[in-house]
Amino acid sequence: MSLHTLSVLVEDKPGVLTRVAGLFSARGFNIDSLAVGPTETEGLSRMTVVVNVESKSLEQVTKQLNKLINVIKILEHEPGTAVERELMLAKVRAKGDARARIMEIAEVFRVSIVDVTKTTLTVEASGKPEKLEALRELLSEYGIVELSRTGRIALARGDRGIREKGGLRVAKAAGAEDASDWDGGGV
Amino acid sequence: MKVTGAQALFKALEGEGVDIMFGIPGGAILPAYDPLLDSSVRHVLCRHEQGAGHAAEGYAWATGKVGVAMATSGPGGCNLVTALADAKMDSVPLVAITGQVPTPVVGNDAFQEADITGITMPVTKHNFLVTDPGEVAETIREAFHIARTGRPGPVLVDLPKDVLVNETTWRWPDRVDLPGYKPTTKGNMRQVVEATKLIMEAKRPVLYVGGGVIKANATEELFELATTGHLPVVTTLMARGAFPDAHELCLGMPGMHGVYTAVTAMQKADLLVAVGARFDDRVTGKLSAFAPDAKIVHIDIDPAEIGKNRVADVPIVGDCKDVTAKLVAELTRRQDESGIPDRSAWLAQLAEWQAQHPLRYDQQDDGPLKPQYAIERLRAHSDGDTIVVAGVGQHQMWASQFWSFEKPRTWINSGGLGTMGFAVPAALGAAAGQPDRRVIAIDGDGCFQMTSQELATSTTEKIPFITAIINNANLGMVRQWQELFYEERYSQVHLGYDVPDYVKLAEAYGAVGLRAERPEDVDTVIEKALSVDDRSVVIDFRCDDMEMCFPMVPAGASNDDIITGPEGLRPQADPAEAPIA
Repeated sequence: MSLHTLSVLVEDKPGVLTRVAGLFSARGFNIDSLAVGPTETEGLSRMTVVVNVESKSLEQVTKQLNKLINVIKILEHEPGTAVERELMLAKVRAKGDARARIMEIAEVFRVSIVDVTKTTLTVEASGKPEKLEALRELLSEYGIVELSRTGRIALARGDRGIREKGGLRVAKAAGAEDASDWDGGGV
Repeated sequence: MKVTGAQALFKALEGEGVDIMFGIPGGAILPAYDPLLDSSVRHVLCRHEQGAGHAAEGYAWATGKVGVAMATSGPGGCNLVTALADAKMDSVPLVAITGQVPTPVVGNDAFQEADITGITMPVTKHNFLVTDPGEVAETIREAFHIARTGRPGPVLVDLPKDVLVNETTWRWPDRVDLPGYKPTTKGNMRQVVEATKLIMEAKRPVLYVGGGVIKANATEELFELATTGHLPVVTTLMARGAFPDAHELCLGMPGMHGVYTAVTAMQKADLLVAVGARFDDRVTGKLSAFAPDAKIVHIDIDPAEIGKNRVADVPIVGDCKDVTAKLVAELTRRQDESGIPDRSAWLAQLAEWQAQHPLRYDQQDDGPLKPQYAIERLRAHSDGDTIVVAGVGQHQMWASQFWSFEKPRTWINSGGLGTMGFAVPAALGAAAGQPDRRVIAIDGDGCFQMTSQELATSTTEKIPFITAIINNANLGMVRQWQELFYEERYSQVHLGYDVPDYVKLAEAYGAVGLRAERPEDVDTVIEKALSVDDRSVVIDFRCDDMEMCFPMVPAGASNDDIITGPEGLRPQADPAEAPIA
């Protein structure tokens, strides 16, 4: 099992999130994180799904997702081919000496303190998931009151958008040599 | 032109060429039942929404057109769920229309409210909740497009009462534009060439034909392919009738209760050409032991089926009709160049297996009536145009085994979901769609009792068909499993021969009731049944309650471990060791 990041371009229709999430649970796939938001095009949303599966099941995931009528395009980001970011807010216990040490950590990580109380500091951090994980671990030593993360979002590196690429895995499985041969956006 | 949402619905249904639909009215869908009176669409008033759903399925199976079912909100829609799931599993084109509570109270737990789009999401190809009367026509158009194209399937359209009542301007979209839905129908020629190479090289090829061939209306192309390449054919439960059983290349049905030769041919094959089939567990048995030496050419319109259960050496995504036609052309070209590969040894081996291991049963003159005998006699009295509909269980397997099919769309059953109670309403739908053809539901006594109320529909709507109940007083398949795998500890399987009295029940519904208890009654009863053409007929075939369905590959076992008969012995020549041609 390993983590794979998928960008899924969907029509912004009622129930589309349920359709995608329901498909994952119905087919027995585990979602590690899911982030949804609007895109550059009105009427289209983009989901970034981190899924924990074997490579063979990943092919099933993408094929099954492609069958959803509201799914326009799917792109699987190979490791290193995408910019992947996440936002985290963490409310940390900060009394006495701890305050200074937490602010020091924030400075080293180049993250901001966005709320201050007598007993806590709230840290806002964005970056690669690994960076946030490292920060979270350091902060946890002081006691994290609560924490919220957005889940990963990703854009492929390079000058092309998702609508011009993607679907490669499915295209190959269908017998097409490259994605440009492939017009299958669902069945 | 101003129309209400409900009027738009019927104009749209007429625009899609709907001539008949199956349903039951109720509160939220009431506004749709008024313009129905002015419409050319015939509505068949069923007795249960599940019956309406299966009837729409039977209609679709028999005609190749989209079946339409209509129900009200809440319980109406919920009762359609089984039929929708059935249609999803068997890729049956279906449009279900449900009423919904008015949009202002959606989500308020209003009377007869159920989140039917939420409930049916996993069992439909797609579904819609319409919130604007101006979108009714467009949505219906899209629903039919999705249901009938690509891999067919059920689509549900949920229409709140206010959407049906409010007015809009009529507009019929001249085309459907769904950016996320573009099925690949044309097979890739490079892959066709690769597949042809494998066919030319194969010593022991088998054409593994699934229901997709019938869905794609590709049976003529399939016949061409089989006869051009001298390729033996197995037809799955979903594909019975796709290739004539009497043809020398036809090996019959593979799978858990498949014919020995069909099962073993696949096990020993060096090439399986799967056409519109999905390597279902009922066909493959233990997957890791299935057809171990075979290369796989997999043709399917659904890319997700390819590689799902078995890795394909040559995958071809496309419509079976298109791909098979291309294969025929390419194979013909190759064979013209280098001749037809010599497969006489393989074909001789298959013929030997057929001779050694035919389907068999033992009907004693003075013994209990055997279900297989009843089915064989029904077939003997029928022609090849007769449409046979089955429920689920032993009777379904016997019907598939012992009915000799000649044509596509003469066999209708619940394959994937295994829905008991499918036969009677599906036969109703088939008879409605093919009024000039004889329709015979071969049903089990357990199945029959789940949906027999549609006999009332048959009588009042004057849509006659024959139901042949294989009455073995038990939930027979479960009883068989308990006998074989639970040490004859029979638990909750006995139904009894006499309750209900099927003859009286038939008469109560306005049908003719007949009964055959001994082998010698069978022909007379069948002749009597076939002489009735203005009413439905129910035949109570009182059969041996201990008869088991063979051959059988126990669940989870390898297809090499097929049991061919009641003696429970494996065939004398161990199939695993059997000589390969």
